[in-house]
Amino acid sequence: MSTETLSTAHGENKVNYLNAAHGIKSWLLTKDHKRIAILYLWSIMLMFLFGGLLALFLRLELLGPGPDLIQAKTYNQLFTLHGAIMIFMFIIPSVPAILGNFALPIQIGAKDVAFPRLNLASWYFYIIGSGLAVYAILAGSVDTGWTFYTPYSTQTTGAVITMVFAIFILGFSSIFTGLNFIATIHKLRAPGITWYKMPLFVWGIYATGIIQVLATPVLGITLVLLILERAFGIGIFDPAMGGDPVLFQHFFWFYSHPAVYIMILPGMGIISELVSTFSHRKIFGFKPIAYSSIAIAFLSFGVWGHHMFVSGQSQYATLIFSFLTFLVAIPSGVKMFNWVSTMYKGAITFETPMLFTLSFFFTFAIGGLTGIFLGATAVDVHVTDTYFVVAHFHYVMMGGTIMAFFGGLYYWWPKIWGRMYNEAWGQASALLVFVGFNFTFFPMFIMGTQGMPRRYFLYPEKYQILQVLSTGGSWILGLGLLIMAAVLLHAIKWGKKAGKNPWGALTLEWMVDSPPAPHNFEQIPTIEFGPYDHDKVLVEPDRAGAVT
Amino acid sequence: MSNATEAAEHPSYLQHHFSDAAQQQESAKLGMWIFLLTEILLFGGLFGFYTFYRAWNPEMFYNAHEHLNVVLGTVNTLVLITSSVTVALAINAIQRGMKKRTILFLAITVGLAVSFLIIKGFEYAEHFHLGQYPGKFYSYTGIAGTDPHIFFSVYYTMTGLHGLHVLAGVIVISWVLYRTSRNHFSPEY
Amino acid sequence: MDTTGTFWMPEGSSTIAGDVDALFYFILWASVFFFLLIVGISVYFIIKYRKRADRPNATSQVAYNVKLEVVWTLVPIILVFIVFVWGFNTFMKLQVVPRDALEIKVTGRQWMWVFDYPNGSNSLNELVVPVNQPIKLLMSSDDVIHSFYVPQFRIKQDVVPNRYTITWFEAKRTGKFDLYCAEFCGKGHSEMLGTVRVVSSDEYASFLEGGPAGEAPSGQSLVAQGKQLYSNRQCITCHSVDGSANVGPTFRNLFGHEVTLSDGSTVTVDENYLRESILNPQAKVTQGFQPVMPTFQGLINDRQLDALVAYLKSLSEVEQVESEQVTAE
Ligand code: HEA
Ligand code: HEA
Ligand code: HEC
Ligand code: CUA
Ligand SMILES: [Cu+2]
Repeated sequence: MSTETLSTAHGENKVNYLNAAHGIKSWLLTKDHKRIAILYLWSIMLMFLFGGLLALFLRLELLGPGPDLIQAKTYNQLFTLHGAIMIFMFIIPSVPAILGNFALPIQIGAKDVAFPRLNLASWYFYIIGSGLAVYAILAGSVDTGWTFYTPYSTQTTGAVITMVFAIFILGFSSIFTGLNFIATIHKLRAPGITWYKMPLFVWGIYATGIIQVLATPVLGITLVLLILERAFGIGIFDPAMGGDPVLFQHFFWFYSHPAVYIMILPGMGIISELVSTFSHRKIFGFKPIAYSSIAIAFLSFGVWGHHMFVSGQSQYATLIFSFLTFLVAIPSGVKMFNWVSTMYKGAITFETPMLFTLSFFFTFAIGGLTGIFLGATAVDVHVTDTYFVVAHFHYVMMGGTIMAFFGGLYYWWPKIWGRMYNEAWGQASALLVFVGFNFTFFPMFIMGTQGMPRRYFLYPEKYQILQVLSTGGSWILGLGLLIMAAVLLHAIKWGKKAGKNPWGALTLEWMVDSPPAPHNFEQIPTIEFGPYDHDKVLVEPDRAGAVT
Repeated sequence: MSNATEAAEHPSYLQHHFSDAAQQQESAKLGMWIFLLTEILLFGGLFGFYTFYRAWNPEMFYNAHEHLNVVLGTVNTLVLITSSVTVALAINAIQRGMKKRTILFLAITVGLAVSFLIIKGFEYAEHFHLGQYPGKFYSYTGIAGTDPHIFFSVYYTMTGLHGLHVLAGVIVISWVLYRTSRNHFSPEY
Repeated sequence: MDTTGTFWMPEGSSTIAGDVDALFYFILWASVFFFLLIVGISVYFIIKYRKRADRPNATSQVAYNVKLEVVWTLVPIILVFIVFVWGFNTFMKLQVVPRDALEIKVTGRQWMWVFDYPNGSNSLNELVVPVNQPIKLLMSSDDVIHSFYVPQFRIKQDVVPNRYTITWFEAKRTGKFDLYCAEFCGKGHSEMLGTVRVVSSDEYASFLEGGPAGEAPSGQSLVAQGKQLYSNRQCITCHSVDGSANVGPTFRNLFGHEVTLSDGSTVTVDENYLRESILNPQAKVTQGFQPVMPTFQGLINDRQLDALVAYLKSLSEVEQVESEQVTAE
């Protein structure tokens, strides 16, 4: 349908944010939200690669029950670094800082975020924090687990202070991002974009922002106390001095439970966009999906104690935490049902982003439903701190957020670079990731209920079959991710030119050029239709020559 | 305030991505409120720790708090409250275009903040003299109750963090002072 | 309810296991139902409503259905409410200790379990209890947080320094059951294993009569006493006497020989080295081994130490020479 001539008529000679300025300085001092998104993209993906390779190595060690490749201490450092990198340096910033930074301002018709300088500062904080973390690895490493439980974390050797300080710095980065988005969404929406004409991705990021600014400071202060404890022995968490180590857990989870919704809400936002776009149909249940994000954000503050059912906390606390845990699951269910209903009588196509969306339905359903097992106190007593929990959180994080994130990467890739990726290879990578993922993590549920504790360097032989399955799966998963990286990188240079709107989507970023102009819009746009009004407008996908 | 918008398309103080000064100012205000919220939570966390330990060791906390210097504490409270007033006066002055007055009030504010830190320093010196150090360095024996060092650990963390904030405030206000003297601000802003 | 091992759960061998498993299976089947619902409907939609040449556009744009929204909010709410009440009820059964329970003190230390029985005797890494009798475990830790976990009993409880935590169980059959430490506690975390040995009440009584384990009847030679200590102080779980390396180095031919330490230096094993290795094992760590040996400070007295050292010496060929010298003097 579209021809090469058409595609050159688009773009090519036009000024876009990528070719508007050149040189290292134009990147390092940029205030353009799109360029900051690119800075984040490379740095965060680098950390993901790092964290992922650590995981592959860790899985390799677990191939056999004995000590095969490394020492106990090294193993403990491996899972600690894997967890800390994946959580603080990958999954928390991933969707908001990369895709949110890139798409959100355009989606609400703004020329930039409210505080561009703060936005850049947040990236520098990210770099300083991650740099410090890498330094901590070289300077003695950390073997506390990503949860830094006292009193172990105050007694063990290693660069705990440096690592904790790094995470403290990363907290600032996260707060800046959240604060920026809240202000942007409140104040910079183009005329006509009311709260109900705002894409659900924006709703998701908004709810995330609330959690980021409310929860992160508490983590900050907890980490400061941990540093003081280690450096000066102030005794607040030290049982030998009358302090209470369990108090640390309360404060840690006060942040880290809400943080799991910092991770998932932006992902859920992506899914809302993708499922509607690729069903070519209006989203089902806009308001329930939007409100459930806000509900999750607020409820998430009342459930932290479900990580501590066997810690010796009072039974009344357990009662309340368990109850609220179940409540917070309801809004996620509401979203799930609405997404599936969105496909009803649609015209569904199966480009790579949609394949990741379907994977998400499958894996997040498993991940979320196993959260119900964990919330049920009596069952949690048996499975807490076993591989069942490990499986649960990989299913929700990798199988939920990261599947959505990958879908989003493929989805916005043509907009970011102005080029299409290779669809067939993209689909192949999605399939491999899906298969590999399930092979890696499903066996862990069975290991967990059979009693295999987590963070075990050596393990009883009866679990070996399942461990081997899991390690094998991790190779398939690794291969899938490798192909994905190749497909995406290939597209940047050699991909076919992408049109404005390759998917026939209706949110604003698809109305501007690919890649967008430096300030997105020549003038603030006026809105004629809502983000999901597939009933009112029909946009033919415009791939401008991308015949794959 | 907003008549400036009509005067110029994009005045120097207006960043390109805002459509008018009112939008920019409201965004800045909202941003500041959110920032204050995070500060409340930061100290809120510490008050949380204080509350827990106080609930667990009521007598020790009672005994230990008698070792705080009421006079110096009261003076410092007054100093801080006065400095809030002078900052507000400075803002009021700049809005009315009185540059000299603005500088004067800002300078007083910085002065007050510095004296706050000095007074706090005296308090610390007094505690150190008695051996009331935080945590494991604690050596004072005059307080009845279990683990009085916990009280001082929390005390030093809270006041120390607060001190850092005051110090940061001194730096920021000095910078504002400098920019005011260089005419970077005007009532339009 | 009796549960034998299944695909999901190991055999349930305590009185509470049946309750926990019933709830587990209820959630499992409810989850399977919802999972199949979501995935089933998705697959159906994908096939039925995929874009086709004869149906290029969506054929419906309904965007809201109040009835559906209410149903898929309320049904899960009702369901999770059931799970909540059921779960908490069973949880309280796990928490409330029966009045006639037998109390045993459990101490966790890096990386070993110590059990103290009511009559003053104790055992290491092996908890011996009578069958069909509720056991109350009063637990605390000497250092960091550990967690007492017996999968077949479906119980787990963190063991915290400076505070007591409590759990209980009643075993339904005799036998040996795995005990794991489930809270990360450092290098030896995955080796902090033990067993719960459930025995008949007669056997339990005679176990207690053995006195504080290891206090061998006097009159025996030091070496014979040491040999007993070697097995009931659990050296045997990590050290062999036949020359094969285990978690720790073998005791055969240890005494009088040179060992290389982890920092590359060498020492010749003498009595003082043995003493230090037992009381302060982290001080000198043998090359090629993890520093996971727990300290036995406070768990064996001087006399028992003498016996162990004598026994270790007896396992070495150099020993003859040494002891001849000693007698010669
Ligand atoms: C993306 C991150 C993420 C998300 C979204 C979730 C979501 C949930 N989590 Fe998870 N969780 C983690 C990340 C996450 N979790 C991590 C990292 C840990 C461990 C940390 C550590 O110890 O290292 C953890 C641990 C953890 C525990 C502690 C376990 C333990 O240590 O003993 C518990 C206990 O209640 C729990 C519960 C839940 C629940 C109820 C949800 C719910 O929100 C899920 C809601 C979703 C659904 C329910 C599925 C979809 C709905 C339907 C298909 C409809 C039908 C629904 C019903 C009938 C209810 N999680
Ligand atoms: C976002 C979170 C996240 C993610 C994505 C993962 C991903 C993986 N995790 Fe992770 N994991 C955690 C968070 C995460 N994990 C946490 C918090 C813990 C707990 C730690 C603790 O106990 O303290 C944990 C613990 C944990 C354990 C348990 C260790 C133990 O208890 O003893 C295991 C064991 O198998 C494991 C395995 C894996 C594997 C195989 C992957 C794989 O999915 C990884 C695959 C990734 C790659 C192979 C990288 C490939 C990347 C590229 C090719 C780059 C692409 C570049 C471009 C596109 C430009 N993890
Ligand atoms: C949990 C396992 C474990 C238990 C139980 C254990 N040890 Fe060890 N032991 C080790 C390990 C591992 C080493 C090697 C590392 C080191 O030197 O600390 C070691 C080293 C030693 C050494 C030094 C050996 C050498 O080659 O230098 C002696 C002596 C010793 N143990 C004695 C004992 C005695 C006696 C007991 C019982 C009362 C005991 N151990 C119980 C694990 C254990
Ligand atoms: Cu003790 Cu893990
Ligand atoms: Cu949680």
